[in-house]
Amino acid sequence: MPDLLIELFSEEIPARMQTRAAEDLKRKITDGLVEAGLTYAAAQAFSTPRRLALAVEGLPAQSPTVREERKGPRVDAPEKAIEGFLRGAGLTRDQLEERDTTKGRVFFAKIEKPGRPAAEIVAEVLEATIRSFPWPKAMRWGSGSLRWVRPLHSILCILTDETGAQVVPMEIEGIRAGNETRGHRFMAPAPITVSSFEDYVAKLRQARVILSAEERADQIWNEATHLAFASGLEVVEDRGLLAEVAGLVEWPVPLMGEIGEEFLDLPGEVLQTSMKEHQKFFSVRNPATGRIERFVTVANRETADHGAAILAGNRRVLAARLADAKFFWENDLRVAKTDILQWVRSLDEVTFHNRLGSQGDRIRRIRALAAELAGPVGADADRAQEAAELAKADLSSEMVYEFPELQGTMGRYYIAAAGRDAAVAAAAEEHYSPQGPSDAVPTAPVSVAVALADKLDMLTGFWAIDEKPTGSKDPFALRRAALGVIRLVLENDLRLPLRRFIDAQLMRHKQHLHDEAEEEEREAMVDIVAEIARHGFFGAAFETVMARLRGKRVSGDSEESILRGLERRVPGLSDNLLSFIHDRLKVFLRDQGIRHDIIDACLSMPGNDDLALLVKRARALQEVMGTEDGENLLQGFRRANNILTQAEERDGVEYSFGADLKLAETDSEKALFAALEEANAKIARALQAEDFPAAMAAMAALRGPIDAFFEDVQVNTDNPVIRRNRLNLLHDIRQTCLAVADLTRIEG
Amino acid sequence: MMTDTTSAPRSFQEIILRLQNYWADKGCAVLQPYDMEVGAGTFHPATTLRSLGTAPWAAAYVQPSRRPTDGRYGENPNRLQHYYQYQVLIKPSPPDLQDLYLGSLQAIGIDMNLHDIRFVEDDWESPTLGAWGLGWEVWCDGMEVSQFTYFQQVGGHDCRPVSGELTYGLERLAMYVLGIEHVMDMPFNDPDAPIPLTYGDVFRQTEEEYARWNFDVADTDMLLRHFEEAEQECLAILSQPAIDPKTGKRIIMAHPAYDQCIKASHIFNLLDARGVISVTERQAYIGRVRALAKQCADAFVQTPAGGWSE
Repeated sequence: MPDLLIELFSEEIPARMQTRAAEDLKRKITDGLVEAGLTYAAAQAFSTPRRLALAVEGLPAQSPTVREERKGPRVDAPEKAIEGFLRGAGLTRDQLEERDTTKGRVFFAKIEKPGRPAAEIVAEVLEATIRSFPWPKAMRWGSGSLRWVRPLHSILCILTDETGAQVVPMEIEGIRAGNETRGHRFMAPAPITVSSFEDYVAKLRQARVILSAEERADQIWNEATHLAFASGLEVVEDRGLLAEVAGLVEWPVPLMGEIGEEFLDLPGEVLQTSMKEHQKFFSVRNPATGRIERFVTVANRETADHGAAILAGNRRVLAARLADAKFFWENDLRVAKTDILQWVRSLDEVTFHNRLGSQGDRIRRIRALAAELAGPVGADADRAQEAAELAKADLSSEMVYEFPELQGTMGRYYIAAAGRDAAVAAAAEEHYSPQGPSDAVPTAPVSVAVALADKLDMLTGFWAIDEKPTGSKDPFALRRAALGVIRLVLENDLRLPLRRFIDAQLMRHKQHLHDEAEEEEREAMVDIVAEIARHGFFGAAFETVMARLRGKRVSGDSEESILRGLERRVPGLSDNLLSFIHDRLKVFLRDQGIRHDIIDACLSMPGNDDLALLVKRARALQEVMGTEDGENLLQGFRRANNILTQAEERDGVEYSFGADLKLAETDSEKALFAALEEANAKIARALQAEDFPAAMAAMAALRGPIDAFFEDVQVNTDNPVIRRNRLNLLHDIRQTCLAVADLTRIEG
Repeated sequence: MMTDTTSAPRSFQEIILRLQNYWADKGCAVLQPYDMEVGAGTFHPATTLRSLGTAPWAAAYVQPSRRPTDGRYGENPNRLQHYYQYQVLIKPSPPDLQDLYLGSLQAIGIDMNLHDIRFVEDDWESPTLGAWGLGWEVWCDGMEVSQFTYFQQVGGHDCRPVSGELTYGLERLAMYVLGIEHVMDMPFNDPDAPIPLTYGDVFRQTEEEYARWNFDVADTDMLLRHFEEAEQECLAILSQPAIDPKTGKRIIMAHPAYDQCIKASHIFNLLDARGVISVTERQAYIGRVRALAKQCADAFVQTPAGGWSE
């Protein structure tokens, strides 16, 4: 059973592409081998800055012989058909067999495809793999037409068995596969001859190359932490950086250096970001003070001076970088302390989106919404407005211009330096959160108000200009914004009628979009936003304002007016956005194990824009569905509902007049009346307290009386008055049971 | 002047001379700087135009480069509005280009056994030239010392064959090799020369003068007019018939047209430094320069140097 070793040796492969490329190499080669009939025992792929390698164990020496039988035309078929069949099978007439079948006497061909040597198959698969390799970006070089991530220099491809190693004969664009590779670019550049995978790994190590990226990363981490530990310090963990650095070196040598004294007072985040982004340094922290004091850089070689020159060089480069950072920091602090609002003002000049206006416009809208949200989230309205106004001020700072990833963080520092409240400063940093499904959700009320306003403004804005996400396209990360809203609401258990805030913010966007509106129309739009707070949603607010305008000489009443346009557009947009948020909520809840039919049953209840209530309902329903109570609730409801629905469909009426106890004939009928009355009282109390389990338990208790009722009485009696009364009773039961959720949507 | 590459260089000019000698030795034509204001060595027609077409090419040169927005009145230790790039272009890119490049670092006194040289991904793109390539920035002990690019497209044309381009930021590289903290303190000629001159002696005053002019004085109306004129002239040149009516020869004026493109590009940079170009206008200006570059490239490939033959 031969083993296969492949190495593709090139100029430096971008670090971020290496891991994926190694996996792609493994997948494409092994898929190709298996497809050609070569199964294998195990395969492992590797990458370094200059090579992709693949080791495949336990290949057969050749692919198996494949026998196939093909049915042909009848023996009396036209000559042309028979010739065609022979051509296809690659046989002559005398090699065919004749057999009787239900369709008469027919030719059969027995085709035998002999197995092929593994080397031949490997050569083909490797060539196809190289030619179609899925690099994110590939290039040509010299005069050739081959494409690879960077110039490809050599190919090592050997099959090794007990008798030794054999080079797989293949050549691509003048590069002939061999059994040679090279070691470290500087420390061991001479060619190395390789006879097996074990030999390859061992010889590379002698030649100062560690093949496994994981091993390189482990080594970097271990040595870096040892270096730090020896000085009583600790390395700040950063897995992304570790993986990247492991892809920049073949022979990692961590070196620890000091940060100049004059830079140690810079914010830790600034030091860390500058060192990471520009220099790929790890930050080293003093665990006692939390201050960043040193760095670890990872060299790609050993030197006679034990890295002294390398470290000195790196320190100089760092000092130049940090001098820039310090310059930005000091300039920014000066602005923050004298007039931080000048940064806010200058955001009027920065375009957020060509239709949604400047960053300044956006901030004013967020500020207005944050003020409305402040009450429901328990924040002080003035604080929330102040925080919203300043939350993006740092976008004008020099530091954030240089390091965009420090947005928010710098805001916190600068707002604090301006002498503002700590809650306001914190909101600048926290209002961007949560950014993803695992990012922490802010809990401070001021931060929550601004974070929600920020996300709702994004969503309503892009809805207002009809730039909704479609399929895989979501350039403004609106799905993430919707998930952010959901997590902010749920994790802070906020009771918010979202609809109201969506309507108001949509109107604010419409105000901006219709800047051509007449004076009165603009005033009417402002009034509508104000009325939404009172009426709770757009429709009633709109009618109120229109009633007020009636009689005045306003163009608002012609069908083409802007106001009438808004009347037609806004409710639809609002519904559409709410259902987008509901869709994200479904995905979110499904991931937490809540059944889709249960979510649907709760979504069709009124007040479904109160996400916290919706989820509370869904959780209670999910809980009860597995229990005896749930079974009783569902069966009782269904029994009543089925009979009632049939009758309603047949009679074409709805039996919603209310049942009268006086018309009850039997004991079981009276008992059901009594049970329903008792249940209704309990359910009303429970719902008042949003105690859904108690409400559902009370509904479940109706099953006994319902069953007894159906045992005992015939609903469809000849007496139309009695029949109507019984159907009305069933209707009351249905209404009672639907008070928690739309049980008709429950499956199973 | 002969240079002794076994010892450490002592001045800015010695580093330049060593690079010149090294690349001359490796067979490059050592050209002189282009006599126009450009933002980078890439703009020299020896790179932009010569990277097009099939004719082999190997050139090395110093190119004074101007980036008006980077002016700091000579005060910043690393930033200048006028600086030098060293540029090498070889077509087709030779298979040992990385080794040739490393040899040049050795030639200017970087000891490969003591320093850590790295090739870090950095794809190059010039929106004004309609050009892109893949390669690296080269790090020496964490310091970016060069750009290394395999040109894939220039002026909208696929490069076949591919050129290998090396760009050294000379001041930064020299400061590193010489151990200088502030560019103005760097010895320009030999510090033991009868009249030793620093980089500051040569350039401090000009940095101040140009910074003031670039940022506050340059007449923007005039510049806007010059931009339009350069654009019009470029297009007018290219609209001429290929056959010159006077000589009867086929003379496509790719280079004169390209000069106007370079001019438009530099004027755009000046306007940018004057802060009169808004974010949205920026893209439009860049697009206009790119359109010129593309048409110059189209014209060049119709010339003998661009691979055209009867």
